[in-house]
Amino acid sequence: MAPHTILQYDGSFDGFLSCVFMVYEQKIQLPLIQKQSEENNQLFTISEIVHTDKTKAKRVWDGLRKKVPKPQKQAIFKAFLSEIKGVENTLLSYIQNIFDTSQNIGLDYSNKDILKISQVAKMVQREKHRMEAFVRFKKTKDDYYVATVEPDFNVLPLLIRHFKDRYADQKWIIYDIKRGYGICYNLINIEFITVDFFSKLRTTIEKDVYSAQEMDFQKLWKSYYDSVNIKSRKNSKLHVQHLPKRYWKYLIEKNEY
Amino acid sequence: MSFDRIREKLSILADAAKYDVSCASSGVKRANKEKSLGNTTAMGICHSYTEDGRCVSLLKILLTNHCIFDCAYCVTRKSNDIKRAAFKIQEVVDLTVNFYRRNYIEGLFLSSGIFKSSDYTMERLIAVAKKLRLEENFNGYIHLKSIPGTSDELMREAGLYADRLSVNIEIPTVSGLKLLAPDKKHEDFIKPMNKVKNEIIQYKAERKLLKNTPKYAPAGQSTQMIIGATGESDRDIMYSATYYYKKFNMRRVYYSGYIPISKDDRLPSIHTEVPILRENRLYQTDWLLRFYGFSIQELLNDDHKNLDLDIDPKLSWALRSPEIFPVDINKADKNLLARVPGIGMQSVYKIIQARKFRKLNWSHLKAIGISLNRAKYFITCDSKDSYHKDISPTRLKNAILRNSYSKHQKHFSNQLSLFS
Repeated sequence: MAPHTILQYDGSFDGFLSCVFMVYEQKIQLPLIQKQSEENNQLFTISEIVHTDKTKAKRVWDGLRKKVPKPQKQAIFKAFLSEIKGVENTLLSYIQNIFDTSQNIGLDYSNKDILKISQVAKMVQREKHRMEAFVRFKKTKDDYYVATVEPDFNVLPLLIRHFKDRYADQKWIIYDIKRGYGICYNLINIEFITVDFFSKLRTTIEKDVYSAQEMDFQKLWKSYYDSVNIKSRKNSKLHVQHLPKRYWKYLIEKNEY
Repeated sequence: MSFDRIREKLSILADAAKYDVSCASSGVKRANKEKSLGNTTAMGICHSYTEDGRCVSLLKILLTNHCIFDCAYCVTRKSNDIKRAAFKIQEVVDLTVNFYRRNYIEGLFLSSGIFKSSDYTMERLIAVAKKLRLEENFNGYIHLKSIPGTSDELMREAGLYADRLSVNIEIPTVSGLKLLAPDKKHEDFIKPMNKVKNEIIQYKAERKLLKNTPKYAPAGQSTQMIIGATGESDRDIMYSATYYYKKFNMRRVYYSGYIPISKDDRLPSIHTEVPILRENRLYQTDWLLRFYGFSIQELLNDDHKNLDLDIDPKLSWALRSPEIFPVDINKADKNLLARVPGIGMQSVYKIIQARKFRKLNWSHLKAIGISLNRAKYFITCDSKDSYHKDISPTRLKNAILRNSYSKHQKHFSNQLSLFS
């Protein structure tokens, strides 16, 4: 049996696409793509570290653009952000399928890799939409609106456009506590940032950096939320279905001060 | 502003506004212009959910709950002994902008009790919307209530700042309205609706000629009816709804189960349960009319004045129309497929897409996700097995009910035992 070739990359999307490039360039027969951080204790394998190369990554991405409509190309990026273990290899198979067939195969959901990627992309999309809803900004003394989140998937890159379009005239930060990075809008452009202050133990900004009226508005929002409930229509099952408990931690209206 | 007073007002005026069920923030797409505040997305976003499972997407409040009218079904009625409050225009603007900037809401839904006169009240609602748009450069969603009896000039202005306008008809029949809201006239509701409809048509026509004509109420208008307050039949309700959809191009008609709020001989007793299941059946009927190609006469008529509670309206219609079935899944057109119980519009499109490649059998249909426990009695497909039987509608109904579970079971378990 021929040994697998393990391609190790830095975890970035460009790094992954560089691996795809290498599979084609070197005609690797049995590739396995994984992050460098993942442990490899398999015997009889060849390991190779793939350096991220933006030019090569772009060639793969542009190639895909010519073959499939935008939503299906976007599904690749979304599925990648799911960070599900081994998703790189399902994606590789999905990408090979796209490059190998002449007609548009996007709709043939009897292919299991295509079905899997479209399902995973849908899950990530749903998480993105949830974050657009559940982000709660708190205003600081230096006029930044800061929100902390712990999304199931790595969706921050997908949120940039929505929040930049909507809150174009205020400075804001959305920080992913789980993954330890955030996106920051400074009225001009978006930057990826890491802040030492936040950790899994310090998941939100301190009250002493709140702007003057911040606490008031949080209280007003909570009293508004409490007043709009109609007790005679209580439906806890539906409530939790729409607002799963794992998101409550960061929702002002679901917490006491 | 005094924080405690604002908080008290907010509690009172949000509490009074919550019986308005519309919470849509969708249907209009407005981009953020030149780094201003906000935008609206075509899909809308539900930022939170109340414990009764309803979506919270807008700051939904009354400007005031002072009211000169005495409508029996309304908490805000003049004779009701409750705390009264009124917001200043600037207070509503500040609340909206500050909630919006923190990503709590998609925008504002502003309604009001009627104080002094209709026009006086409407002017103030418009002033809030105008301030938000012109002074705060706010591009989020604004829904204003049209106050019954408002003059045409004010209605014309309202649509220039609001995305959606709505008048709640509340009582579906004219006689019911006379009984419960003696101060209000049916014509007062119709007048602003008519004006909004005509303005929308006119602005649309002008936009075709002049590209930069402003948009008028781009998310259209909607209305709401209270269900179960005056003993009206489902037929009365849905015929009214159809009238408003056709006559005023309504985007939505909402149905709101009556929540007992006062002791009044004209109304159901204070211990009456909210008719949630009935409300649900009315919404299903509404969907059948708007998306499934049904006409109102097919679903409700003189022989069939009320919807069944134990089965959905499409199944009920199918049981009354045995001559149409079985339907061949591999041949029937879109309209006919949409009429099969247990097949929704999503499934209709999937069936039409999938049968281009191969003839569909039971396992394909199952994978597509149609509800076979209902559908199988009404269809044939590429298989020797057929479940379509020549049995009476009552027996067929019982066969289906035996094999299904409804989340509303508790509401009709008594009824079922009558049949078995």
